[in-house]
Amino acid sequence: MRSSVIIFPGSNCDRDMDVALKKFGFKNQMVWHNDQSIPKSDLIVLPGGFSYGDYLRCGSIASKSKIIKSVIDFANSGGLVLGICNGFQILTETGLLNGILQQNKFLNFICSNVYVKVKDKQNKYFKDLKKDVLELHIAHNEGNYFCSDDELKSLEDNNQIAVTYCGIDGTENETTNPNGAIKNIAGIFNKNKNVLGMMPHPERMIDKYLSGEDGSLFFKNILDNFK
Amino acid sequence: MKIKVIVTLKNGVLDPQGKAIQQTLNGMNFGNVEDVRQGKYFEIEVKEKDEKKAKSSVDDMCKKLLANLVIEDYKIV
Repeated sequence: MRSSVIIFPGSNCDRDMDVALKKFGFKNQMVWHNDQSIPKSDLIVLPGGFSYGDYLRCGSIASKSKIIKSVIDFANSGGLVLGICNGFQILTETGLLNGILQQNKFLNFICSNVYVKVKDKQNKYFKDLKKDVLELHIAHNEGNYFCSDDELKSLEDNNQIAVTYCGIDGTENETTNPNGAIKNIAGIFNKNKNVLGMMPHPERMIDKYLSGEDGSLFFKNILDNFK
Repeated sequence: MKIKVIVTLKNGVLDPQGKAIQQTLNGMNFGNVEDVRQGKYFEIEVKEKDEKKAKSSVDDMCKKLLANLVIEDYKIV
């Protein structure tokens, strides 16, 4: 499975993503934001970081960069596009995903492990995933997902909520919500479920000695579903 | 021509920074502060002589980049 990771000025999880993808057998290439086109890919990843220093709004400047037109065309033709953290913020700013990531409710930068519940498995990312609750890592200041009531209803009606913050046993409530995100939302899909944006970093959970392996499950699952 | 734009959060959208500023002001004995909403202010130099044209172009900029209409409103002043 071929993948491309797009690098923006200020991206800082691009190399971690490259390491993770290659570890599980993706043929990965790095693509600079100023390039016009993306090499033939089955998956495009917008990595985490602080593209353009989070100027104006997180992800807003990156969402207008040269490469983005190719990303949008790829997504609209059904290609898999994954945005992690800042990548999720960029996807909402391009309009590929609904809503916006606002500043965390309690104004603090959060860097910690969290549990997320997989809410939908009828898609190429989570289909047949063995677990329902994953332990992943978050590191963000703007992860407080917000959208209008109409958009939320539409997300729920179409099962577009991908993952939600929860406890180790899957309980979702205010105490398991780190940043104030509406309905504990940690990640969402577009209507066709080929575009996934999420705040947690699976690429940081791929080593059983350093962190945990729930991120490994995520990447292996994408590969399994591609075969 | 210089066009000025103010971008603010829509009513009802949580503004934790505004809230923190309000609480700080209250703590500084400005007891009369009931609410603070924080926004952004832009001065845009547009190469255009006709004010109407300049404003209409800035309006387009607001919709496409300067404001995110999911949570923000903008005003050209």
